[in-house]
Amino acid sequence: MAGSGSAQLRPRDEVLLSVKDLVVQFPAGRKRVVHAVSSVSFDLAQGETLGIVGESGCGKSTVAKAVVRLVDIASGEITYEGRDLAALEGEDLRRIRPRLQMIFQDPISSLNPRRRVRDVIAEGLAVWGDNDGSRRRDRVAELMDAVGVEESHGSRRPHELSGGQCQRVGIARALALDPEVLICDEPVSALDVSIQAQILNLLQDMKSRYGLTVLFISHDLSVVKNVSDRIMVMYLGKVCEIGSTSEIYAHPAHPYTRALLASIPEPASTVEPHEGDIGDELPSATDPPGGCRFHTRCPHATEVCRQQEPVSAQLGAADHYVACHHPVEQRPLE
Amino acid sequence: MAGFELASGGPLLSVRDLRVRFVTERGAVNAVNDVSFDLHEGETLAIVGESGSGKSVTAKTLMNLLPRTARVSGEVRFDGQDVRALASCGAKHFFGVQMTMVFQDPMTSLNPVKKVGEQIAEGLRYHLGRSRGEALSEAENLLADVGVPEPGRRVSQYPHELSGGLRQRVVIAMALSCRPRLLIADEPTTAVDVTVQRRLLDLLDGLRRDRGMAMILITHDLGVARGRADEVAVMYAGRIVETADAGTLFGDMRHPYTEALMRSIPRIDDPVHHRLDPIPGRPPELIDPPDACAFAPRCRYARHDCHDGVPELSGSVGMHRFACLHPTGAERGQAALAANRAAHSSSRDGDGGKDGSGNSGKPDRGEKPDGGSGKPDDGGSG
Amino acid sequence: MKHADSTGTAADAGSSLTGADNADGAHNADNAGSASAGSPTGAGSADSGGNADGVLRRRLGTGFWLAVGWLMVMALMALFAPLLPLADPTQVAFGGPREAPSADAWFGTDALGRNVFSRTMHGARISLAVGGFAIVFGMVIGGGLGILAGYFRGLLDQAVRFAFFVLLSFPALVLAILITATLERSLLVVSLTIGILAVAPVGLLARACTLVFAEREFVAAARVMGARHGRIILRELLPNVVIPMGALTLLGMALAVVAEGSLAFLGLSVAGEDSISWGKMIVDGAGLRDLQNAAHVTMFPVSVMFVTVLALNFAGDRIRQRFDVKELAF
Repeated sequence: MAGSGSAQLRPRDEVLLSVKDLVVQFPAGRKRVVHAVSSVSFDLAQGETLGIVGESGCGKSTVAKAVVRLVDIASGEITYEGRDLAALEGEDLRRIRPRLQMIFQDPISSLNPRRRVRDVIAEGLAVWGDNDGSRRRDRVAELMDAVGVEESHGSRRPHELSGGQCQRVGIARALALDPEVLICDEPVSALDVSIQAQILNLLQDMKSRYGLTVLFISHDLSVVKNVSDRIMVMYLGKVCEIGSTSEIYAHPAHPYTRALLASIPEPASTVEPHEGDIGDELPSATDPPGGCRFHTRCPHATEVCRQQEPVSAQLGAADHYVACHHPVEQRPLE
Repeated sequence: MAGFELASGGPLLSVRDLRVRFVTERGAVNAVNDVSFDLHEGETLAIVGESGSGKSVTAKTLMNLLPRTARVSGEVRFDGQDVRALASCGAKHFFGVQMTMVFQDPMTSLNPVKKVGEQIAEGLRYHLGRSRGEALSEAENLLADVGVPEPGRRVSQYPHELSGGLRQRVVIAMALSCRPRLLIADEPTTAVDVTVQRRLLDLLDGLRRDRGMAMILITHDLGVARGRADEVAVMYAGRIVETADAGTLFGDMRHPYTEALMRSIPRIDDPVHHRLDPIPGRPPELIDPPDACAFAPRCRYARHDCHDGVPELSGSVGMHRFACLHPTGAERGQAALAANRAAHSSSRDGDGGKDGSGNSGKPDRGEKPDGGSGKPDDGGSG
Repeated sequence: MKHADSTGTAADAGSSLTGADNADGAHNADNAGSASAGSPTGAGSADSGGNADGVLRRRLGTGFWLAVGWLMVMALMALFAPLLPLADPTQVAFGGPREAPSADAWFGTDALGRNVFSRTMHGARISLAVGGFAIVFGMVIGGGLGILAGYFRGLLDQAVRFAFFVLLSFPALVLAILITATLERSLLVVSLTIGILAVAPVGLLARACTLVFAEREFVAAARVMGARHGRIILRELLPNVVIPMGALTLLGMALAVVAEGSLAFLGLSVAGEDSISWGKMIVDGAGLRDLQNAAHVTMFPVSVMFVTVLALNFAGDRIRQRFDVKELAF
């Protein structure tokens, strides 16, 4: 598709958060714009984890930031609790913010170096005027225990902690406001291999303990598969493929998804290694290719791909939508 | 294990008892301890480890790139020559010619205000005495060799005009310009995307084969090591804890750290929501390490004797070596595991199952083992 | 997505020293470059909390404490000069004119026979007050504007930057002469004049620091939690920006003390026979004949001023160094 379309959206009353035709652009100087996210639609059901996967420059982090309104939205709707987050401003927006919290990629950069761990975690409560000292202390202690940060670390500053511990503090901070939706932007990619699993398990535990709905951004296909109920694959600001995790990994239909799966050091068994050969020139997002944005690298591209942007369509009866003119034929699962 | 004086037949690179220390205000950091390995012509050695494991320091020591505060001891021989002696007498055409290095971030190795062709030509002119014209046309050929499309146009481009993948290819071309016999690649693909990563690794692999180079591939990614290396050395806290040829190492791993690392990473063919099996705790500090196995506090096989002295690497260089008293897959290891499990379950009955704290004898236990893993990750070591 | 990416990499670059992928290098750099890296991070400095203070004290060094000691003495002198058993600094003919240092007048006397030691001590009052006032003014106005500009960006940023550049390109001396010549040359006016000159450089530094920290994810986190702009500026940005600014305070004060001396040469320092400043004392004794016959009249205030400025610079630089190292640890 890398195309547009919203066939993948489920009925409004079945989902918690629904993003429709989201467009985010950044000025690039000389009147040009970077088309960071172009007409992306997806939704999140209560208690679900949606993984967004793609390479750098695909717009996955921008989607995350748009949902929490950290970047300006050019057009599109983000429906949550019957309201359009994209249209909220000022105090209305501020009041809804605690419902959607975020965990960031760089665990150390995401903590204020001048503040102590305990204050970092309590910040959300302080913002919302919870000035009852003992209640706040109890809450912070509970969160520190939940995420596995030792009590004694409460008075330390972030640079006195390891990356893994900092990420735990970041998680506790996000949970302090009792959010409904947790947006995780590459939460483990800055961590050491042996620490990643700890944090992934912790997120899983926190999800079930606090009943969270999660949007999980990562470039790592194995990590995304581990945590997600559903997966969305993005390329150059567009959606390629979206559907249930098991379905996408068992029957990857978009050539780009297949290329990703074939490129990892130990390729998935559902693809052939040669499918990873898609060149290494990512087109510029200021001047994206017309038609399907993936056509410049796609091994199956034809004239129609160059002319016409594909629209997402359901594949069979499964929870599997792909935006491609030539979805790869389904092979039976070995 | 003497016998690296022979210039032919022996290993291309032979490292014995390499130690690197950095003196800091907080004490001596033991970055690399007793590292020994051999590397033969045409082979790839992967050094795998987490940050702080000493893998990058090892590479920089070989390349003589350490700052002056480093205290290095041990022997490094390259084709019979004493590399550390060469370094101290300021050998001109050795580093960067016989032995070169590719770094993780191509932008740090490229001069942003110089055309890439000039940068590649520089080495050729300095080391091989080529004229400017010769060097530039050779640079173009090199770019073609490393799979840069339209090399004629690229030579006159600046680094910022290239994509990350192409930049790394330029860096590789620079490294190859003087036909090195050993290429050290330090996390060469960490800064690039997966689709680019595979092609870069293919490229390095192909070049190594075509040119009969030896290669040291430094990576934190076990998958990369498994697919690309002949020999693998796993480092932890500045030591090689296990080393063997790739097939043996991944097929019959013996060190609990290697095993735990393999189990902790999510794999693409694991089922969805597969519960990961993390390594509890975190890597130790390298300042004034205790005289004990560095992994013992995090090890599920650890017994009392693991805290008495650092276990030696078993066997001799070139064989499957591992530094463990209770290796996995061996009887001793199974016995240790069973004993730990028993001890753990009984202690858990006693104290309500807060696993992993207070029994390691080590004060600094930053990462708590994951609460829900239900594994006897840390028992029995106290 | 270029933009998003470029900000991403900028953030990465800023903090890459601790990103785990790069952490190997960082760790090495940290340990290896130990000349500056006193607090290695990476593989666990979790228990460094205990000895961090010790390290800090050692790193600041005795030179720093000597400088601070001198500054303390000067500050106490300035504060309590009228209460100390010093000779009346304005008393003409305390001794004969241009007497050499003696037990009575430690620094000798000047052309009017006034006690130079006493005058030097009293002079600290105006010199330090002007320096301190000026830099505080520069910090509050320049720092405030710089932080606002760096945080809100956009039009405000453009306007503030324009104002700063106008201030910077306006000949400082002309501005100073203009103000002090038209207004009454009171302590406040002289301080403000020098303070206005400090606004632009301080403001640009504050803006640059704010830009760096505003990109950091903890600011994004505060926004996501619903913190208002005021709270973000005061609680998240200010504590971080204040540190490099604090180092600059001392350096800036040194400059301001010197600036007062320069104004004095133009006869534009604080007016009145009763208001003594080092600058004015130096001018008083700077006639050719005085320099030849009674160098001590200028040399003593010059030396005191020199040592004070040196101490300010030295202490400020030390604090800045310590700050730089801290930044590495992030």
